[in-house]
Amino acid sequence: MKFSRKFRQGFWFAMSGVSIVIVLGMLGLVIGFIISKGADVISWEFLTDVPHKAMTEGGIWPAILGTLLLSLGSIVFALPLGLFAAIYLVEYSRDGKLRRWIRVGVNSLSGVPSVVFGLFGLALFVNFLGFGACILAGSLTLGLMVLPTIIRATEEALKSIPMSFREASLALGATRWNTTVRVVLPAAVSQILTGVILAVGRAAGETAPIMFTAAVFFTKRLPTGLFSKVMALPYHIYALMTEGTHPVEQTAMAYGTALVLLMLVLLVNGAAIFFRIRARKGKKW
Amino acid sequence: MTRFTSETVVKPLLGFFALLSLVFLAGILVTLLTESGPFFGEYDPLKFFTGTQWYPTLQTQNEAGEWVSNPQFGLLPLLTASLQVTLLALVIALPLSLGAAVFLAEIAPPALREIIKPLIELLAGIPSVVFGFIGMVLVAPFIKDLFGIPIGLNGLSASIVLAFMAFPTITSLAEDAISAVPHDLKEASLAMGANRWETVSRVMVPAARSGIYSAVILGFGRVIGETMTVLMVAGGGAALTINPLSPLRPMTATIALEMGEAVQGGPHYHALFALALLLLVITLAFNLLAERIRGGRQELQR
Repeated sequence: MKFSRKFRQGFWFAMSGVSIVIVLGMLGLVIGFIISKGADVISWEFLTDVPHKAMTEGGIWPAILGTLLLSLGSIVFALPLGLFAAIYLVEYSRDGKLRRWIRVGVNSLSGVPSVVFGLFGLALFVNFLGFGACILAGSLTLGLMVLPTIIRATEEALKSIPMSFREASLALGATRWNTTVRVVLPAAVSQILTGVILAVGRAAGETAPIMFTAAVFFTKRLPTGLFSKVMALPYHIYALMTEGTHPVEQTAMAYGTALVLLMLVLLVNGAAIFFRIRARKGKKW
Repeated sequence: MTRFTSETVVKPLLGFFALLSLVFLAGILVTLLTESGPFFGEYDPLKFFTGTQWYPTLQTQNEAGEWVSNPQFGLLPLLTASLQVTLLALVIALPLSLGAAVFLAEIAPPALREIIKPLIELLAGIPSVVFGFIGMVLVAPFIKDLFGIPIGLNGLSASIVLAFMAFPTITSLAEDAISAVPHDLKEASLAMGANRWETVSRVMVPAARSGIYSAVILGFGRVIGETMTVLMVAGGGAALTINPLSPLRPMTATIALEMGEAVQGGPHYHALFALALLLLVITLAFNLLAERIRGGRQELQR
């Protein structure tokens, strides 16, 4: 009896370890597989040239550029909104009905499916406001989508600043706004940056919101302004795998594109995680 | 004096920015309602909710023998497909997530936990289109060979990929729930002579169950809204079926696939907005439900 209890404990503990191993093994498999297949495709030309011959040769530079522009655009839009919203929630509002409603709104917004954001962007920015499918419409759509991420990250960052910082500043006669801008934000800035970096990574990888609002399968021209259509890495992978007439060559290009996107996103996320761990260790309070 | 005025201006201004999230949410809802309104005017809602055929470009002959367009917008095949891949994905993900959550919360030494948790975060950061790509080039061929079927792009392949996408969300929430169980409960159980596994399985997990339910419900909301994976991997068949080895076309995939072809302002366009509206309602409901359950537990603990 005693043996069997001990045995059962060992068995189930081992099983729970196995589930971690399965998932991390899959993660390793996915990354390793894309690296091994994509590495052959990657070359200087692949990274800097435009596509040639119906997407079977050449490179993906327009897609890289498009993804950078779209994710930066979304942050330019979402960062100020998210920052102000979080400052209000943490520094200004008291526990109350309004704050609870805002929190429900933020949480709900973060649960809205990406394709619904895409349709919203299509109906509002592309059609109703007449932007057409372009960088601006895509950035606004992506910005809406990452707004909850930024609000939450900033909230966490602000909450982690000890109350004594604020009290010291207020006791010296500074206003709440002065305290927030001169004392709280500088102390929280590295943590806020971490959240922003994560949001960039998320925006860079999204496909469904930009399908109808910004992205095209193919354009030789590089974007010239906010109202240009662009290629984007995630949409490019999808298009290579599902459209066109040269499946074999296109799949090879898709491996290369997937590797570039994966590296970009892993680099961004890895940087955020690294900064967070370092900030936590170096924290002085 | 100026400082007082700046403070009185700042607070409402910041409050306005905070309210924008609610405004955007309402904006999305209103947009979907207005864009799908015409659909429910033209097409019998009863036929939409009970129809078994999704065939937007169907043409039939009328009495005079002319071919006229007679689009069929039956929701059932798409809704069943969505529910099917989502539930199957959760069935696959749940044991893995629970095991991982128990491992992280109760078994792993802190140093190991510090390594594993960032790796799970990296998994969560992989774009869905990359998951879809992996589903196409890796999972689908494997499923095809395993079951000896002609094409591996089907509901099961999509569910497997979706399970790994749902894993980080469910695991981290379940782990939080298990870690939040008061220490007294754990110590009482250990003091009664239960070993660590008995304590985890009969005390900790039951005590954390509302948090775990809420994690699963939130996972459901995430997975049913996932687009690129099902678009690329589920196969796209719009027939009503409950066989996971057949090609399926969940709601999200239908929207993404057909919006490019639909005539703007036409019945098909409005029908796709109706799908999006339904999707939004489902995900919002599950989100609120998850929050309710979790919120209720927090109040109990206080």
